[in-house]
Amino acid sequence: MSDDALVEVSGLTKDYTEGETVTRVLKGVELQVSRGELVALLGPSGSGKSTLLNILGTLMRPTLGELSILGETLIGADDEVLTEFRNRHIGFVFQAHLLLPDFTALENVMFPAAARHGRERREDKVRASELLDRVGLSDRRDFLASRLSGGQKQRVAVARSLMNAPELVLADEPTGNLDRESADQVMKLLTEINSEDRTGFLISTHDEKIAARCRRQIYMVDGKVADDRQQS
Amino acid sequence: MLYSFKIATRYLTANRGQSLLLVLGVAVGVYVFVFMSALIGGLAVLLIDRTVGSIAHVVVEPADRDPTSLLDDRNGTLIAVLKSSQQRSTLQSAEAYLPILESSPHVRVVVGKVLGNGFMLKGEAVAPVQITGLEARDISAIANIEANLVAGSTDLMLGTAVIGKGLADTLGIGVGQSLVIRSERAIEQSVTVGGIFEIGVAGVDDTAVYLNIRAARVLLDLPEGLSRYEIKLDDLQQSRIAAADIAGRTGLKATAWQDQNAQLLEGLSAQARSGDLIKGFALVTIVIGVASALLLSTYRRQSEIGIMRAMGARRGFVVLVFVLQGAFIGLAGGLLGAGLGYLSLLPFPPPEATSGAGLPVDYRQGAYGAAILLTLLGAIAAAIWPAYSASRVDPVKAIGP
Ligand SMILES: Nc1ncnc2c1ncn2[C@@H]1O[C@H](COP(=O)(O)OP(=O)(O)OP(=O)(O)O)[C@@H](O)[C@H]1O
Ligand SMILES: [Mg+2]
Repeated sequence: MSDDALVEVSGLTKDYTEGETVTRVLKGVELQVSRGELVALLGPSGSGKSTLLNILGTLMRPTLGELSILGETLIGADDEVLTEFRNRHIGFVFQAHLLLPDFTALENVMFPAAARHGRERREDKVRASELLDRVGLSDRRDFLASRLSGGQKQRVAVARSLMNAPELVLADEPTGNLDRESADQVMKLLTEINSEDRTGFLISTHDEKIAARCRRQIYMVDGKVADDRQQS
Repeated sequence: MLYSFKIATRYLTANRGQSLLLVLGVAVGVYVFVFMSALIGGLAVLLIDRTVGSIAHVVVEPADRDPTSLLDDRNGTLIAVLKSSQQRSTLQSAEAYLPILESSPHVRVVVGKVLGNGFMLKGEAVAPVQITGLEARDISAIANIEANLVAGSTDLMLGTAVIGKGLADTLGIGVGQSLVIRSERAIEQSVTVGGIFEIGVAGVDDTAVYLNIRAARVLLDLPEGLSRYEIKLDDLQQSRIAAADIAGRTGLKATAWQDQNAQLLEGLSAQARSGDLIKGFALVTIVIGVASALLLSTYRRQSEIGIMRAMGARRGFVVLVFVLQGAFIGLAGGLLGAGLGYLSLLPFPPPEATSGAGLPVDYRQGAYGAAILLTLLGAIAAAIWPAYSASRVDPVKAIGP
């Protein structure tokens, strides 16, 4: 295990049980990601991309296999520990932006910090403002999330994912609901942040153009890593 | 500001109409609670006032003294004590107790009485009577005869009797007419009816005869001593304490009105229990209402709860957000309901000041603090299940594909 290891996964298996039938969705995933990497996760629908991201995000427990993030073995940790770990080290961007609609853009960005400290600290407000600035939405900071456009919401979600300065951001089809222009804008943002902050990104997508912006592409087929390409 | 506090208030204010309805619903329950408290309390005040208004708060009588055996028990002697029903218990040297009684705490008036039974005869008509002899000035001190006089006056001169209306009707006599009283001692006296009263208690109106104490002493063959002292207090709730105190100071038997009116107290406590039942139902309604509204809200906000959990909000945080919502609703509904209850009860005069007409609600007995506190606790309890289920939301399901 190198000091640079961000994600280490081996033999990762996930079964879904629906009534009597058990479906194996992940069938022994092997994966290593280092700090600061920008990784695209590709593969046909149903190949298990979202399932893998949810497990990496500690939102879901694998059925079998080894998982460690930043050197911490997370298999078997209890919910409190996982929640805390997620809050400190992992950011999320989902396909359906998923902001809190009754809160302003600024409040949404601040949420991960406020949840950690139990209150909205002044320095967190400043950082959230800066992040909104960075995603080009400083003029929308006091808008309710429900009043923002789809592209704006997704940029707020990106800013939020960075609030606690995580080492890993998991983005599940972050541009899936966006038009070309907004999608490019968001991708540009993610690549910028990656190169400036050395934040590791795992981005699932169906879009080859989006994937092409990432130095590394992992192809999943039927619950396994089928191909792993590194661009130079 | 506590962050869970902020989220809870934001959730409530985001759906203003819904929150307002919920608070109103709770307020109605609280209003019922307050109103029932005031009504049950008011009825008790009214009944006690009506009953205790015409009786003594504390009655002081000679202690029942059974003779103590001076014989040695081991002899196996059997002692029988014969108590004659003719044997009357009187307070000998009653005057000696008067200063002690008058200086006891809460005592307002002390009235010495001689009591006995007898008959009133008017021509062929005979009616059993209870004879009360007292000082002329004391006639209205225990039961307010003066205020309930229907004819004549309350001047108790020698040879005058003030009698109840039921008795007067039975004998067919009016003020100024003469008749004969025969006591249990078979002594007869001729008296003139000086006044007729009606206090509304059948047992009294049908049998009571008030005489001047000197006339009564002759009639009842009680040249000295008193049958009992009757006492009115400045606070009738203190009766038992005052009675115990008097018994301790004098060695006499002192009985509080409560102990002579067990039925009334039983009735009052049954009434209070049914009031409690209704209040309990009001609280249960509040709890069910709040619980169902919050449960619906956790269902609607499932995906938001999932996001919060994914962003690293702990389960306890989610629980707090929903419990606080319950608490806010309970507090707001409690304050509103209690406030409206107070304002709507205020125009009603207290029951003891009314003639018995109208609603006997007592605004002083609205139990506002208890209503607010119980509602707050009930609403918090109601929030626990929704809050717990919210904290169990699976973020993955909420995020969805
Ligand atoms: N909660 C669940 N219960 C049962 N089966 C599930 C569940 N979630 C996903 N699956 C199944 O697991 C498989 C992988 O799903 P997953 O969402 O990980 O695929 P994906 O690669 O993200 O697909 P897409 O590109 O369409 O988003 C699918 O066959 C799906 O039907
Ligand atoms: Mg997916």
